[in-house]
Amino acid sequence: MSSRAQIATCPACVAAPAAEEAAAAGMGMGDRQILLSLPDIHCAACISGIERALNARSDVRRARVNLTLKRATIEADTGTEAADLAEALTRIGYQAHELDAGSLSGSQSDKAGRELLMRLGVAGFAMMNVMLLSVAVWSGATDATRDLFHWISATIAIPTIAFSAQPFFRHAWSALRAARLNMDVPISLAILLAAGMSVYETAQHGQHAYFDAALSLTFFLLAGRYLDHRTRSVARSAAAELAALEVPRALKLSGDGEAMTSVADLRPGDLVRVLPGARVPVDGTIETGSSEVDRSLLTGESLPVFAGPETRVSTGEVNLTGALTVRVTAAGQDSTLHRLADLVAIAETTRNRYTSLADRAARIYAPVVHLLSFAAFGVWLWVSGDVRLSLNIAVAVLIITCPCALGLAVPAVTTAASGRLFRHGMLIKNATALERLAEIDTVVFDKTGTLTEGRPRLDDPAGCRPEDLALAQALARGSAHPLAAALAEHVPDRSPTEVRQQSDIEHLREIAGHGIEAVCQGQTLRLGRADWVGATPVAGTATYLRVGDRTVAFRFTDSLRDGATEAVKALQRQGKSVILLSGDHPSAVADIAGRTSIDAFEAQVLPDEKSLYIKTLCERGHKVLMVGDGLNDTAALAAAHASISPASALEATRVVSDIVLLGNSLAPLPDAVITAGSATRRIKENFAIAALYNAVAIPVALLGFATPLAAALAMSASSVSVSLNALRLR
Amino acid sequence: MEVLVFLIPISLFLGALGLVAFFWTLKSRQYEDPKGDAHRILSDEYDDKPAP
Repeated sequence: MSSRAQIATCPACVAAPAAEEAAAAGMGMGDRQILLSLPDIHCAACISGIERALNARSDVRRARVNLTLKRATIEADTGTEAADLAEALTRIGYQAHELDAGSLSGSQSDKAGRELLMRLGVAGFAMMNVMLLSVAVWSGATDATRDLFHWISATIAIPTIAFSAQPFFRHAWSALRAARLNMDVPISLAILLAAGMSVYETAQHGQHAYFDAALSLTFFLLAGRYLDHRTRSVARSAAAELAALEVPRALKLSGDGEAMTSVADLRPGDLVRVLPGARVPVDGTIETGSSEVDRSLLTGESLPVFAGPETRVSTGEVNLTGALTVRVTAAGQDSTLHRLADLVAIAETTRNRYTSLADRAARIYAPVVHLLSFAAFGVWLWVSGDVRLSLNIAVAVLIITCPCALGLAVPAVTTAASGRLFRHGMLIKNATALERLAEIDTVVFDKTGTLTEGRPRLDDPAGCRPEDLALAQALARGSAHPLAAALAEHVPDRSPTEVRQQSDIEHLREIAGHGIEAVCQGQTLRLGRADWVGATPVAGTATYLRVGDRTVAFRFTDSLRDGATEAVKALQRQGKSVILLSGDHPSAVADIAGRTSIDAFEAQVLPDEKSLYIKTLCERGHKVLMVGDGLNDTAALAAAHASISPASALEATRVVSDIVLLGNSLAPLPDAVITAGSATRRIKENFAIAALYNAVAIPVALLGFATPLAAALAMSASSVSVSLNALRLR
Repeated sequence: MEVLVFLIPISLFLGALGLVAFFWTLKSRQYEDPKGDAHRILSDEYDDKPAP
């Protein structure tokens, strides 16, 4: 439910209050709470190592590590910078990232979960005590003793049901008000009727009271509900953590200087400053400054584009080299990101129409059970003429057929499956994601950032002269541009002469939007775009170095993401057809398709065409799994039958995905499809088990032989066997 | 059967005691970090008194 609500609202709106809170926290009011994400911690030594390191600092008052959430909560003095703490931890060998405390405060204290657990505890306590009394009745207590035991049971059971079964009553009521039937309707009816009839029977000194059945029903079903909630809240808190890693704020320029403001407060006409390396927070035109922008998340293009005054930029692009001043033309509701989110909202409604197996089962099950019990009442009244007896039998039918096992059948399986996938680095965000994933027959991949890392890597370094490479590297170290970073990252076997050359570099300066210039031994060096350096452009991604009047081209290829080839091969072996769709140039797409052995690919596909392509596939009867990370994939992700995005994707993209890949590798992907398949099989098996128990129990109940003991046995046995079957998935 | 007059209240009282203990563990947030707690017992830093 909550995941849908999250999708319906836009990510910027969700984040806006968080940013405000974060800004308020930044103002400093006494203590400061800092949250750090610690993705690598796994043992007792990590816990004590980190806590010791943090508590030893004078500016930290208290630090506590939560291993389950892989997170540290720190109470520190005002003015302590989270970045400093993260850096201190990184120095002693633990990866740490700052988290936005504002957007996480909700998930930290999981109130709904604690409430469910409380109800579960009360139901468990009451069930055990009433069962104890019931055993005495079953083993032969009679007359006054039996009545006493029944009355004690009633005093325990009635308040417990009133408290613990509330979630079922609420859901059933909301379904009935909308003139629908869901699983909670027969559940609520069975619990209420069982309790009501038992009170009446007790008052009439009757032989059978079903207090224990009413309570164990409540207990088992609450257990299912709690499992369901746990699975979702784990996914939710992990998703919230991903979102908290990026805070939507912008540097607003006004008469009295720069100020950090929330993106939601920006109006068209405002000026914002976008620093190199930052994401453009709004749609707008550049006023001053020039730079290169990376549009890959919006269009899938892997080459950075030049941006100078009058160039239009849109939300989500990354500024690479120079600082830009941007005049806002659209922010928040009207930005490109928002328009995409609208597209997504439309596609979402189609997906929400997907009925889960549980809903389908409930749709058949609920009317059948009610009709059966009603028929039992009618027939018995006609045969015996005894209203009380007929009512007893009708209620017994309802209790015995109550979907105890059905209530556990789905959550137990999804808990086991999500747990398994989570351990393999996948986060299931949508309740029906596994069922939809199990049905897919076509997999569509995006290229940049999904199949590839979206990070260029120097191609064929052996082909260029080592001294050129050394010079280029010396220049590249001064820039944050991805190509420069890739050059600098490359480690050749350096000889002493090259090192000497590097120290001779002088007057290093970056010319935004063009490249880097420096002087070495009286010679001007330039590293950057072809037209600026004066070189003839070569095909593909490249940067150019000018030494004197000589130019050298350094080519880059986008390196494949870890496990991409294996994932594609494994999916093809499973009989899925794999397609590559990209907004990038045909040559780059063909290259990647060749390396991952994908036969079907299309290049220069616009965002709308992508989602159209997916829709056409769907209309032809294919079930499509879309794997993508860019904003240009968002509509396609939403249109597909199931969708997966890597953790590096933008928040807006992750929100529409059913599954988020937490690790850097694509290797777990085929495993996810297999797990989804077996999970769906288990769910169906569980339904079969539940149906089998009912097939035996219903005739017994219809014939009037059902006793509270038989009901208790059938209920516990089916619940336990369903849970055990689900555990086979782990 | 008179013994029931004592036994039933006693059993209910003991059960309620367990329930109250459960509430206490819930209130004091002992289910927030089950994995961490499982690992913390291996650390000998907290032998004299539990970490705050």
